[in-house]
Amino acid sequence: MGRVVLVTGISRHVGRRFARAAASDPSIDRVIGVDVVPPRGDIGDVSFVRADIRSPVIAKVLAKEDVDTVVHMSVIATPGSAGGRNTMKELNVMGTMQLLAACQKSPIVKHLVVKSTTTMYGASSRDPAMFTEDMGPKRLPSSGYAKDVYEVEGYVRGFARRRPDVTVTTLRAANVIGPHVVSPLTSYFRLPVLPRVIGFDPRLQFLHEDDLLGVLKHAVVSGVPGTFNVAGDGILMLSQATRRLGKPSVAMPGFAVGRLGSVLRQARVADFSPEQLGFLTFGRGVDTTRMREVLGFEPRFTTASAFADFGVSLGVPVRGPVLGPASGGVAHV
Amino acid sequence: MSDAGSSDAQIIPIGTNGRPGRGTGRERPSAAARSLAGGPKKRTPKPKAPAPEQRTQEQEPAPTPAAVPVTRAPITTEERHPLAGVPVGDWLAAFQDAALEVFGDQWERRLAEMMAFMRRRLAGEYVVDEYGFDAEITERFLMAALRPIAQKWFRVEVRGVENIPATGGALVVSNHSGTVPVDGLMTMVAIYDETGRFLRPLGADLVFEMPFISSMARRSGATLACGEDAERMLSGGELVGVWPEGFKGIGKPFSERYKLQRFGRGGFVSAALRTGVPIVPLSVVGAEEIYPMVGNLPSLARLLGIPYIPITPFFPLLGPLGLVPLPSKWLLEFGEPIRTDSYDASEAEDPMLVFNVTDQVRETIQQTLFALLRERENVFR
Repeated sequence: MGRVVLVTGISRHVGRRFARAAASDPSIDRVIGVDVVPPRGDIGDVSFVRADIRSPVIAKVLAKEDVDTVVHMSVIATPGSAGGRNTMKELNVMGTMQLLAACQKSPIVKHLVVKSTTTMYGASSRDPAMFTEDMGPKRLPSSGYAKDVYEVEGYVRGFARRRPDVTVTTLRAANVIGPHVVSPLTSYFRLPVLPRVIGFDPRLQFLHEDDLLGVLKHAVVSGVPGTFNVAGDGILMLSQATRRLGKPSVAMPGFAVGRLGSVLRQARVADFSPEQLGFLTFGRGVDTTRMREVLGFEPRFTTASAFADFGVSLGVPVRGPVLGPASGGVAHV
Repeated sequence: MSDAGSSDAQIIPIGTNGRPGRGTGRERPSAAARSLAGGPKKRTPKPKAPAPEQRTQEQEPAPTPAAVPVTRAPITTEERHPLAGVPVGDWLAAFQDAALEVFGDQWERRLAEMMAFMRRRLAGEYVVDEYGFDAEITERFLMAALRPIAQKWFRVEVRGVENIPATGGALVVSNHSGTVPVDGLMTMVAIYDETGRFLRPLGADLVFEMPFISSMARRSGATLACGEDAERMLSGGELVGVWPEGFKGIGKPFSERYKLQRFGRGGFVSAALRTGVPIVPLSVVGAEEIYPMVGNLPSLARLLGIPYIPITPFFPLLGPLGLVPLPSKWLLEFGEPIRTDSYDASEAEDPMLVFNVTDQVRETIQQTLFALLRERENVFR
């Protein structure tokens, strides 16, 4: 008996790519993609079901298709695509609650993989240098994406408690970057002039989009339970990143960066999220020891080479072997 | 009225009309003015001997000043373009000399290295560790800038360097003083120069809240003083520096100098116990006197959200000049390491043991401070 995998949030780029990659895996029989809007682009062998995870319909889908593995990827970072913060919150939190309720009812579901994010840890001056999975945010997020993710993880923990027979894997991915990724951070780096907070140089950590697909697939196939930080090796400072892109940057006080960000968001120039200001001030680093030792996943890209790959898509010339040991990542493009 | 005034007007000469004197209008200047100006009698010129002949032998035969009757040769300046007269070769030679002067013998290689360094920095192609530590910039700029201060201004004398392990994790615990944490910077330089290891300081929350200082701190290897970071650094084999007195130490009044304050909650001891690294006590003498804090503005400090606003004998009084630290003589003595590897990692949970080790470290530093103070002749020598 093969496995049937249900992927939520398939209309977005990473979801669609993951669904296709999973469908081509020999150990997986069928992949069902669920979203409220049909995916744009080729979905290959994936069968698409148009359903809203905020409604109980999702339970029917789970039962009808004999789904044994659920990959939850539809926690969205910005209201831009959803149409407002209320919709975003509903999609993230209510969607997750409905999905988990459906999973709890289903006797067949054996494995749940949740794509979470390191944004959960927040960003503040009191942060430790590297967050491990056991640590929480120093200040509870009060709004926005970070709060959604924090609540989603809370519900996922509750689900894991109520259904101990289901393997639950939570992947806290660092900021995903890559040529095709549209996220607040990539749209920030696509700005012609990068605003930064004066007097602060945050530490950044990236995960390449290919590695995100890789780790999701690894989690589905290997079925290791637990919570894992997933990030490329190494750290880039923001000053270093702007220099590597060869872009000018303007230092301004924090509140001005925040104001500029909201103006850019309203003008739909960049998808600047409010929690990004904290990130661009204090930065964040996560420890990936558990990813290596327990989950057994090794990312192909380091932070630097993932960023270089992203830079190539922006037209920055590749700069030789200085970019770190995993230069194989650059060759892939 | 004005007509009458002008008709009767007497011309009162103002000034001396070029004559020596006080401007009294008299023909004959006062005695004091005469001696200043020199008498008119000395005007008679003596015909000078022609220009010395022996100098012309080595130089090119210049046209000898023939005009003997003129007392002084007319001083002429010739308009010349600044670049015109110096041949290109001379410029090159001067450049080479300057490069030799600045970079030493192998200046070409050094210059190329320098250019490569600049290019690397500008392209962002350097590596920082996970705490944001930039070894290159710390070594080349921070250390280079602080070294003269340590050696020339404070004349830092280091003792007991052999107590710092050459490899592996260790925790340097030091007293904290001086109103401004200069002692941390000086310790960093001293340890780097003596052992070649970078000291990784643990900084207070406030350091990482402040703009510029926070990015400087991360770049030079500091991280937040919390248990997680301390343990992570120590188990990563770093030499970590901690000042457990914190703001209580640097912000204490001058009258309490060299009296150790409370050593935090002993968090640094638990970190060392958990990772099994040795604790190296460090006693710094001299830092207390750099900014003798005689007063404090606690209410203003509270308003600004900082721990204290120091008043030193010079600080608000002399303005920026008051920020120059007094050139006290510094003594840094590293004590014998206190080993923690005999304890089990779980014993870090035992508060009594943690307190005992904390007290041991504190006592060691305090006794060494007293010994060093007895030895010191005076503050500045």
